[in-house]
Parts: sequence; C-alpha cells; structure tokens
Amino acid sequence: MIEFLAASIRIATPILLAALGGILSERAGVFAVGLEGMMLVGAFGATIGTWASDSAYAGLVLALVGGAAMGLVVSVVAVRFRADNMVTGLAANIVALGLTSYLMRIIASSGAPIAIHNTLLPVLPIPGLVDIPEIGPLLFAHPPLTYLTLILCIALTFLLNRTQIGLTLRATGENPEVVYASGLNPLLVRMLAVIACGAVAGLGGAVLSMQQVGTFTDSMTSGRGYLALAALIVGRWTPWGAAAACLVFGAAEAFELRLQGFGVPVSSYVVQMVPYLIGLAVLAGLGRNSRMPAAIGLPLHRDR
Amino acid sequence: MPPLLEMLGIVRTFGAVRANDNINLTVQSGEILGLLGENGSGKSTLMKVLYGMLPPDSGDIRFRDAPLDAKSPFDAIKAGIAMIHQHFMLVEAMTVTENILLGWPGGGQVLKHKQMAEHIRQASRRFGLDLDPDARISALSLGRRQRVEILKAILRDAELLILDEPTSNLAPTEVRELLDIMRRLRSEGKGIVFISHKLPEVLDVCDRVVVLRAGKLAGEAAVASISREQLAEMMVGRNVPMPRVTEGEHRRGALRLSVRGLSATGLSAITFDLRGGEILGIAGVDGNGQLELAEALAGLRPVTDGIVLIGDHDATQASVTARVEMGLAYLPADRSHTALVKAMTVFDNLMLRDSRRPPYGTRALLTPKTGVARARDLMAQYDIRAPGVDFVVGQLSGGNQQKVVIARELSRAPTAVVAHQATWGLDPGATRFVLDQMIALRQQGAAIVYISSELEEILSISDRIAVMAGGAIAGVTPNRNVDLRQIGLWMSGRHA
Ligand SMILES: Nc1ncnc2c1ncn2[C@@H]1O[C@H](COP(=O)(O)OP(=O)(O)OP(=O)(O)O)[C@@H](O)[C@H]1O
Ligand SMILES: [Mg+2]
Repeated sequence: MIEFLAASIRIATPILLAALGGILSERAGVFAVGLEGMMLVGAFGATIGTWASDSAYAGLVLALVGGAAMGLVVSVVAVRFRADNMVTGLAANIVALGLTSYLMRIIASSGAPIAIHNTLLPVLPIPGLVDIPEIGPLLFAHPPLTYLTLILCIALTFLLNRTQIGLTLRATGENPEVVYASGLNPLLVRMLAVIACGAVAGLGGAVLSMQQVGTFTDSMTSGRGYLALAALIVGRWTPWGAAAACLVFGAAEAFELRLQGFGVPVSSYVVQMVPYLIGLAVLAGLGRNSRMPAAIGLPLHRDR
Repeated sequence: MPPLLEMLGIVRTFGAVRANDNINLTVQSGEILGLLGENGSGKSTLMKVLYGMLPPDSGDIRFRDAPLDAKSPFDAIKAGIAMIHQHFMLVEAMTVTENILLGWPGGGQVLKHKQMAEHIRQASRRFGLDLDPDARISALSLGRRQRVEILKAILRDAELLILDEPTSNLAPTEVRELLDIMRRLRSEGKGIVFISHKLPEVLDVCDRVVVLRAGKLAGEAAVASISREQLAEMMVGRNVPMPRVTEGEHRRGALRLSVRGLSATGLSAITFDLRGGEILGIAGVDGNGQLELAEALAGLRPVTDGIVLIGDHDATQASVTARVEMGLAYLPADRSHTALVKAMTVFDNLMLRDSRRPPYGTRALLTPKTGVARARDLMAQYDIRAPGVDFVVGQLSGGNQQKVVIARELSRAPTAVVAHQATWGLDPGATRFVLDQMIALRQQGAAIVYISSELEEILSISDRIAVMAGGAIAGVTPNRNVDLRQIGLWMSGRHA
C-alpha cells in the first residue's frame, strides 16, 4: 500500500510542476498548451547540463533556462504578436520535440557516448520525520525536487492570493484593460507569466530526466504536459486543486501498472483516457459559471 | 493661484477625424467643471489624452504647476489624476478590496487583506459610500460599482477626478448620492471634470461648463449665469425641447402586443394589452424587473408562466428570430453585449438580425451591393458619425454605437417595439431624435413598450404609463394630468 502511494506521488510530481507553471500562464490569460514542449526542453537541458558539467546544479539551471526560453518564444508570438494561443502552443510542442531529438543526435555523433547516463538524484530522507511508522517513509523520503514541488505549491498559493504581483497576474487574466487603466502593463505581466511558466514546467521535465530516468530519450514527456493541462483544469486553476488532481492521476497510473503486474487484462489506453475524461467532465460541469479566467486566450488591444 | 490643470492646444486625430482640434481647458482646485458636447464631439478623447491613454498629436498639459507628459495611465495616476471611465474598469470576478488594491503602491507587495478591508470600510463610511469590502463586483449594482471606482480614486489621493458619463446608468437616487459625493470632494479642494448629457444635473452640480462641438471648443460659461436652453443651444446650435404626444392625434389600431400573467425569474405576473399606435411607458427605478421584462418579451429569458401574443401569434415560446419575423424589434439596454458585436463593422452590425432578408441577402446568400447601399442610407438617416460603413463599431463614440442599434431595429418597420434605455448615453439632440422616431412609429401604427428610468422621457411620449417595482407592475395611469406623487409612491414599491 505504502509502495502504491509512493508510486502515485512519484508519477504526480513532474505533472504537478508543469501544472503549477500552467497556472501562472493561464491565470494571466494565456492558454498553456505549450507545457509539453517546455517540459521536454527542461528534461533535455537537465540531462545535458548534468552530463556536460558533472553537476546537478548546472542541470537544474539549464532546465530552468531551457524551459524559460520556450516560454519566451511562446510569449513573444502569442502575447506580443497576438497569435492564437492554441496554435502557438501546439507549434511550440512540435518544435521542442524536433529540436531536442535533433540536438541529441548531434551530441551523440560528436563522439559522445551513445547513451548519456547520469546518476539519479538521491533520496533525501528528512531526519527524524522519516522514522514515523507508515507515513514517515511515504512522506519524508523523496528526492530533492519532490520537496521543491511541495514548496512551490505553497509559494504559488501565497503569490497568487497574498501579493501585489499575484493580484496583478490574476487581474490580467480576468480583464487586462482594467490592469492597463490601473497604471500597470498587462503585456509585460503576460509575457513574464508565460516565461515563468516555462521555467517551472522545465523543472518538471528535470524531475523526469534527473530524478526518475537518468537520461533523455526522444519525446520522453509522452503527453505529461497535456496531463498537466487537464490537472490544472480539474484543479480549477489553483495550486492545491492541481496537486490533488495530479495525485489522482498518479494513483490511476500506479494502479494500472499494478494491475498489469498481476496480469489483469486492462487496456492501458483506457486508463490513460481517464484524466482527460475527468477534465472534460469538469469543463462541461463548470459551464459558463466556471472559474476559468475570463480573458483567457483573448489578445490584448492593439493600441495598448 | 495657478490652475490645478491646464491643457493647451490639444490636437488628436484618428485618421481623417479630428477628434480634438486645438482645445484649451483649465480646472481649478475645488471646482467642478462640466464637459459637454454632442456624441462624438471629442470629450472622452480629450480625457483619455489627459489620462495618458492616448498620446496627443500636439499640445501641452500642466498639472499642479508642473508639465505633465503622461505616456500611460501609470504617469497620470502618479501625478494625482484618477479617471472613472464611461465603461467601468473593475475586475468583476474579484472583491472590492482586491480591485482597490490592484496597482496601488500603498498596498505594499504582500497584501494585507484584513487591514485593507478595514481601511476601506472606514473610508467608505467617512464619504457616505457604504461599501462592503468583501463583496464581489459582479454582485454589485452599477451604482455600487461606481462607488468602488470613486473610493479607489479617493484612497489614491487623487487631486483631479475625471468622471466620464458617470450617471448614464444610475437610478435617480444613486445620481443624487453621486452628486453629493462630488460636492463633498469639491469642499475638500479636489478638482473634478464631469462629463454628462443630462443638463439638469450639470446645472445642479457644476461651477463652470466647457462645451465641445465636432472636436472644437464651442463655448464656456459659469453655470450661475446660464439657463438650460442656452446650454442646449451651445451644445447643438439649437434648443431641443422634449416632444409631446397628445391623445387623439390618430386612431388606435388592432391589438399588437398582449401580455398575460407573464412570469420569469425576477418578474411576476405582468399583464398588459397594447394596440397599434400606442406607447406604453414603463417607469421605475432601475433594477426592478425592467431588464427581465424586456428580455422575456424579446425571447432572451425563459418564461415560467403566462403568455405573450405578438399580433395574432402566440409568441410565448417563440425564438428570437421568430419574434423578429412576427414584427418585433428590440432595443436592449446593454449595447456592448447584447446589441452589438464590437469587433465587427458598422455594416455587419446593421445587417446582423436581417441578413436573411433583402436588401442584405436571401435565405442562403448575402447581397453585399444592395446591403451596403442600404447601410449607407441608414448611416445618413440616423446620423451615425463614422468614417464609413466598414468602420469597426467598437471605435465609435458611445452615442454613435447606440445609434447603430437604433437604426437596425427601427428601420425594419416593426409592428411592435420593446425599447429599454434607448437613449442611454445619447446627447440631447440624439435623444430628441430617438423620441421623434418612436412617435413616428406610433403614428405608423406600431405598438411600443418604452422602458426607461428617465421619467421626463416617459412623460413626454407615452400614451399610458406603468410603473414597475419589485418585478411587478405597481400601477398604471393614462398620461393625462399625471400625479407625480403617485408615481413616486409606486416606484418606491408602496401601493398607496
Ligand atoms: N480608437 C479610435 N479610433 C478611431 N476613431 C476614434 C477612436 N476613438 C474615438 N474616435 C472618434 O473620435 C471622435 C470623438 O470620439 P469621443 O469618444 O471622444 O466622443 P465623445 O464626445 O466622448 O462622445 P459620446 O458622448 O458619444 O461618448 C468620434 O468621431 C470617434 O468616432
Ligand atoms: Mg464618450
């Protein structure tokens, strides 16, 4: 049982990080369709950074920078030049997939070992707490980025609800014209939000490649970015809501793995559909009354 | 003492339109300046230039004895200017506190909601605003929302307040309260620019007025020395008295609109009959079921009980389109959401509800040639001031947007009309024009339901007057020797 829950947490962590990034972007009014690509570039940056410098810190920095760079591209195209959010995000995902696969080949052909392999980030048990029976090993024996995810969840909740920055960000997602008339710059707010989204989602990618797999493989995020999108909708654009959704998704996947382990014939495709079905049900249930940011996807005025 | 604000030689053009043509304007501390002018005369443009939302082509601004060159509202706010826009600038999904904190440096980086809420509660009590800091904007009446805007300005220590048509959508009591708040701010030494089309309130509260006409300065006067007629003449170049219908000018036609026990959410058991050639004025304080009635008649609100007959047709469950075909025209109060697609052109908006009929088109195809010709005619006939039929509606001045709606709905030669706040934001000349149109339709035998919170208009054109209170009709009277006291009692919901 403990093992099952731990697996759920492990699966949920990278998705939650991407979802947290997505919340930043969507609360500011930009659909976060590009999460998948941002994660992928983050995973790639983390792998290359760690491998080239032999330092996990360099890997983390490169994951952040890579994700932020994707965010910058999306923000310039979708915010500054008012291109459609959906199209821009999808295009970014395709570009990220092609680019990372291509760069991987170049590095491989330039004399590097065919398979780059980094050691996984170690588990950091929290002294004292980890000895609590049952829940100790479940909650207090994780690799560092998992704790960081929890901290980010708390920090983002605080940022959104209790700071001037968060208020401005939310207002920009609701009604950018008001933000402008209040003497602030909604264009800048949105661009920064999308860049920050990229950095956080890149960290999500780093969890995959540094904490779970140890290397980069083509398209290794395999839809987790879209899962994050579903999670933030199910979680109604709040960090804790998204966290709960991610844990449910994680549990579903862990359950599926378990069932397959026992030889129960469930199609993994059916299980993989579940998060999106929940997402659709939530969207339909929310209807017009949704807490979806009112100005999401709407471009800013030309003369602002 | 130098003036609080000095604008010198302001020019601002939009393409060929000279929205502001060499305008000078001063405001003193402790003065309320009325800024008047017809629709599209350039009032909002001038204020947006001052507030940093539109860069002027040329001209100088001095504020508090220093040059002001606001590149964005940020600079204007910092200098001590607050603007309350024609359309409110509030985030509807957020609370009063959050809206006031937005972009307010005094709020600090980490928000102290509780402390701020208390601060707001106190300030709102001091100014008699009576606001609940935790209320969500979407749950507040328009009058309340405006108070939020005013409080926002006060808390930011603005020295100059710009109010762009603040009274257009307020109930009479709310207007009176607003004027009181303005007087209080004046006594504290603030300067106020007040834009309004309603001359009585301008004469009531302003110290001085400046009139714009077609982008140019047309006159200036101290309020003490001017009459309402003179003011109207300065604005439009002629005096525009209210029209007056009298009974017996024409014969009543057949029954055109029959409403029996009509009920819906916010509406209980409305009953009336209307013959062709008759105008039923519906008075009442805004928010007493007028919107619900208008929407139920237009087919936009589900009816829970009762029937509606348009001509001989039972329209109770009929769709909006079916009602248009039965001869019903609808002028909604909420032009920016219900009546117009702001991102589309004047032409598109004019044909919006008639695109399947000549001259705009047939059942399958559009016929742009005849359609555009028709649209040009309408623009001329209804005096819609826009560079052309391809101009985007959202960029027209407020009053001209309303004229587009009126042109579309009334040009169809409807047999029944539901008009809700039809003169919202119109200048006296345009208001007169709409009232004349209503009278002309009445003469042609249409049945008209004229819903308005402007009692003056109701008295001027109605055959019968009904008063709504609490979602029901509180009383009906023929428009002959009307007892205004009785109407007031009905409005307040007391059945005397
Ligand atoms: N963004 C814009 N683009 C093009 N033309 C504009 C724009 N804003 C205003 N105009 C034009 O400038 C003129 C002045 O408009 P403005 O909104 O200042 O009028 P107003 O006096 O406020 O009228 P109203 O009483 O109807 O609100 C109008 O002819 C209008 O069509
Ligand atoms: Mg205006």
